[in-house]
Amino acid sequence: MPTYLLLIPFLPLFSFAFTFFIGKGLGVRSHWLPIVAVLASLGCSIYAFFQVRNGHHVNMDLYTWISSGTMTVSVGFLLDELTSVMLIVVTSISSLVHIYSVGYMKGEEGYYRFFSYLSLFTFSMLMLVLGNNFLQLFFGWEAVGLSSYLLIGFYYEKSSAADAGKKAFIVNRIGDFGFILGLFLIYASFGTLHYEPIFAHVDQIAKQTFTLLGITLNLPTAIALLLFCGAMGKSAQLPLHVWLPDAMEGPTPVSALIHAATMVTAGVFLVARCNPIFELSMTALNVITIVGSITCLFAATIALTQTDIKRVVAYSTISQLAYMFIACGVGAYSAGVFHLFTHAYFKALLFLGCGSIILAMHHEQDVKHMGGLKKYMPVTYWTFLLASLSISGVPGFAGFFSKDEILAMAFVSPVGAGKFAWFIGTLVAGITAFYSFRLFFLIFHGEFRGTQKQKDHLHESPKVVTIPLMLLAVGAVCAGWFGIPTVLGGQANWGHFLEPVLCHPHIHPSHETEMILMIISVAAGAFGILLAWKMYLKSPALPQRIRDRYPLLYRLSLNKYYVDEVYGASIINPMLSFSRHVILNFFDIALIENIVNGIPRIIGRVSGTMRKVQDGLVSHYLAYMGGGVVFILLLMYARS
Amino acid sequence: MSIPILTLLIFFPVLGGLILLGISKENVKNVKVMALIVSLLEFVFTLPLCFTFDKTTHHMQFVERHSWIRLFNIEYYLGLDGISVLFVLLSALITILCILVSWNSIQTKVKEFFVSLLLLEGAMIGVFCSLDFFLFYIFWEAMLIPMFLLIGVWGGPKRIYAATKFFLYTLVGSLLMLVGIITLYLKGGNTFDILALAGQSYPLNLQLILFWGFFAAFAVKVPMWPVHTWLPDAHTEAPAAGSVVLAAILIKMGAYGFLRFSMPILPDATNSMMMPMLVLSLIGIVYGGIICLAQTDLKRLIAYSSVSHMGFVTLGIFALNTQSVEGGILQMINHGVVTGALFLGIGMVYERTHTREIKDYGGLASRMPVLASFFLLFTLASVGLPGTNGFIGEFLILLGSFMTRPWVALIAASGLIIGAWYMLWLYQRIFFNPVNSRWDGIRRLDTREIITFLPMVILIFWIGLFPNTMLSFMHVSVAHLLEQVTGNPTGVASGVHLGAAHAVDADSHGAQHGHKLSR
Repeated sequence: MPTYLLLIPFLPLFSFAFTFFIGKGLGVRSHWLPIVAVLASLGCSIYAFFQVRNGHHVNMDLYTWISSGTMTVSVGFLLDELTSVMLIVVTSISSLVHIYSVGYMKGEEGYYRFFSYLSLFTFSMLMLVLGNNFLQLFFGWEAVGLSSYLLIGFYYEKSSAADAGKKAFIVNRIGDFGFILGLFLIYASFGTLHYEPIFAHVDQIAKQTFTLLGITLNLPTAIALLLFCGAMGKSAQLPLHVWLPDAMEGPTPVSALIHAATMVTAGVFLVARCNPIFELSMTALNVITIVGSITCLFAATIALTQTDIKRVVAYSTISQLAYMFIACGVGAYSAGVFHLFTHAYFKALLFLGCGSIILAMHHEQDVKHMGGLKKYMPVTYWTFLLASLSISGVPGFAGFFSKDEILAMAFVSPVGAGKFAWFIGTLVAGITAFYSFRLFFLIFHGEFRGTQKQKDHLHESPKVVTIPLMLLAVGAVCAGWFGIPTVLGGQANWGHFLEPVLCHPHIHPSHETEMILMIISVAAGAFGILLAWKMYLKSPALPQRIRDRYPLLYRLSLNKYYVDEVYGASIINPMLSFSRHVILNFFDIALIENIVNGIPRIIGRVSGTMRKVQDGLVSHYLAYMGGGVVFILLLMYARS
Repeated sequence: MSIPILTLLIFFPVLGGLILLGISKENVKNVKVMALIVSLLEFVFTLPLCFTFDKTTHHMQFVERHSWIRLFNIEYYLGLDGISVLFVLLSALITILCILVSWNSIQTKVKEFFVSLLLLEGAMIGVFCSLDFFLFYIFWEAMLIPMFLLIGVWGGPKRIYAATKFFLYTLVGSLLMLVGIITLYLKGGNTFDILALAGQSYPLNLQLILFWGFFAAFAVKVPMWPVHTWLPDAHTEAPAAGSVVLAAILIKMGAYGFLRFSMPILPDATNSMMMPMLVLSLIGIVYGGIICLAQTDLKRLIAYSSVSHMGFVTLGIFALNTQSVEGGILQMINHGVVTGALFLGIGMVYERTHTREIKDYGGLASRMPVLASFFLLFTLASVGLPGTNGFIGEFLILLGSFMTRPWVALIAASGLIIGAWYMLWLYQRIFFNPVNSRWDGIRRLDTREIITFLPMVILIFWIGLFPNTMLSFMHVSVAHLLEQVTGNPTGVASGVHLGAAHAVDADSHGAQHGHKLSR
């Protein structure tokens, strides 16, 4: 096993253990080891990337993890094109977030704890992407869930934070329920959980079926849909999206790293990694495309009305993740991973920008109290603008290239739902531009709407915060340049690089089609930006008028379509009262306990009655005896 | 082997207990130190088992065999195989921790407490070592007395009710088993030798009767649904050490009984009763999990969670294939470690707060951060997070039962969701949320308490990351067991229905046209 590859995950692991146990005594210096470790990890990841580019792949086992009968699973690493891209995304964003946190978390209680958790997360995420088998992926999958749980609940004395952490964990468990059944089915089909032999023999399941409880499914469809359950949980797709907005209870750097750039994209990574399986099932691809499309629109329409700046960005994350799933669903995996890559930078930038604003506003997150921050926070302003332009798909920026590739691929895809996905995707491109600039204008332009005290304290964030913003802004602008399509004179390098892992759909749109689609989506984005400018800068009374005109739609969006309330009323509360009234009170206490305690009671009563027979009176005993003798004589008579 | 090591292991703690009786009652410190030394020595004595155990044979090892009561052909017959050996080590380890956790919390009749604990240890190890059914029964019943005392004398307010319930429940089960044992003796050629009994074949009807007779004893001990209701009461009222040893070792005896007796001696009955057993296990998993959501008492919640977790164990055992049975045995150890650790933690908390009501707690993480970290680890191991031991056991059980009957795994896996729900909810209500100011001055963990936790922490990660060190003990013995039961060393045939699609399948065709053509 090459050393650099081992160092990538294990440096953060070491830094976690060290900081967790020793960090408290180090006080404000406890951030040093985690930062150095993650930077070294980044260095190794870049090295790994160039190794892959030079054709050096790695697929090696470290040791045998579990062995039982014919089932053997190792801990092992796989380094290929897809892994190398993920390594770069994870370690680069993680490095910047680590540095940023020095400023953001300054003076917080549990400073060392925060950094140790960040390291734990980085380790887990790296194990997830580096594994060469499904079980190690699952290890990383659950471990990032744990880190997320710990970091969402970082301010654990706040009930809402503790609730949110728990919710994230449990909702993810629901997805994992499907995921782990998918693993079992894979094992039943292939006799192994390691990627290489599975993907090498994937064709052998193409024509097979799986029957469970009388339902017969195509085997690839069954496996793909079960795996996708896990992806829906981790990547917050409908109907398992409810945990992600609540996860914003965690400190903002966490939202940027875990709940935007890296962990939530694990579901996309899973689908991309398993593309040979998904390719065998048109049904599964259609399901993914449709789930992606609906989630895309659903989340975007919620983002329209939210006033908590982090929630707006959170819903936009759900919506953007849905774009990635649309890409996977229409078979354009490399486009999906491309969007994962560009999104990581512009979304992390948006979140960290929010964090910078929150710092300036003394932990005020409601956009109603902001406005006109431009002149106080120039660096935050400009970097936020670049990120907003990128997410809105303005030509030249990172988001433009990846989003347009997805939309073009969806349009020409043979997957049935492709056209539908294209339509939704283009519509949402406009909505995205609108809500992004709504947020942008409300924060930075117009008059300041907060208190005088808040106004007096407005300031640009320190360098340790703004430098990561500027570095991310470079990514938010340039990350797309790795995959400039041929129609714009590029080489489409991105797709070519990933082609060995992600089958490349060679049905390309013609240049004319691609150009037209591009113009449509850019127009949608431009319209969104203009509308936001009109509604929130030009005539600020307009939003209120629309609200009054469509109160129902407004309330639906503001209250997130009441999904949490529906789940509470239909699942959680019924379950709790079922538990209390049916299982505990009826079955356990009234039924089983009564039977158990009832038997001795009956015995007691019977023996109490029997005791009366032995009353000590000789005359009674003589009578019993006489009766007995008569009975026996009768019996003998009857038998003879 | 010249030293009769198993005899030593069984009777050394008994002897230690007797010596303890001789120490003056006033000298509490000496009693404790002496008890600790005995338990530590005992643990050291178990280590050779681990290092000299031959993992390549299913034959009994460290065998001691002497004629005892000739008239009935009863023997003093001891031995270990890959299924039982680890439990001897676990028993010895758990006893040390029980002594440590009781160091300050037991204030009355201190000497008698530690004597009971040591006698219990001897009896438990005796159960795992016995290869003679009569001898086994003696140890099985002998465990009952010290445990009854632990609950009845040093327990909580409703201790008499709980202890009596525990005693009667177990006794009724045991008596049915005794009838079964005598029947076997008469039908199986006048012997109590378990291995010899297992080598014969009995008519199916007889097997079924005996199976349910044994079931009465073992299912109560596990406890399987619906004979589980003694456990919450016993756990709630028992002192910390009692809960720990109950959760970690005593309830494992039931599952061990299935493995050692029901399955090899009554293979046909086991096969034909597989489905009912799986269904009862599933009910235990789901029922035990859901009922946890309604608990307001800390110890009661963990007790009910044991019903759910032991459901996984019996599910694995009766799914009858390599992965599920090995997972089941491993999960017995895991549950002992994790639930034992949870009860240790609860014992330490209770010692300070004297309340078991969950709602009395809150925000303890900021007051007792070290305990909070330990408890979080135990919680995560309990919900089966990969990297901890709980995951390995549950994964193997679920994988194995999926191979046997996919729908069984489908239902059982829902236990993972419910498990995460009640455990994290519990954790939140104790350690997170706003601080309850009642606990402002609460004492932090001291060194003794941290040392008590360490072996559990090591085992959690060790088994979680290197499970093969444990599984390798079992491979050969489990294969032998499965061969006895199913005639095949890998267990029952796969029940996963994979078939070839005959009809023209528009599904995969479309996809292949879409992308594969030009790949």
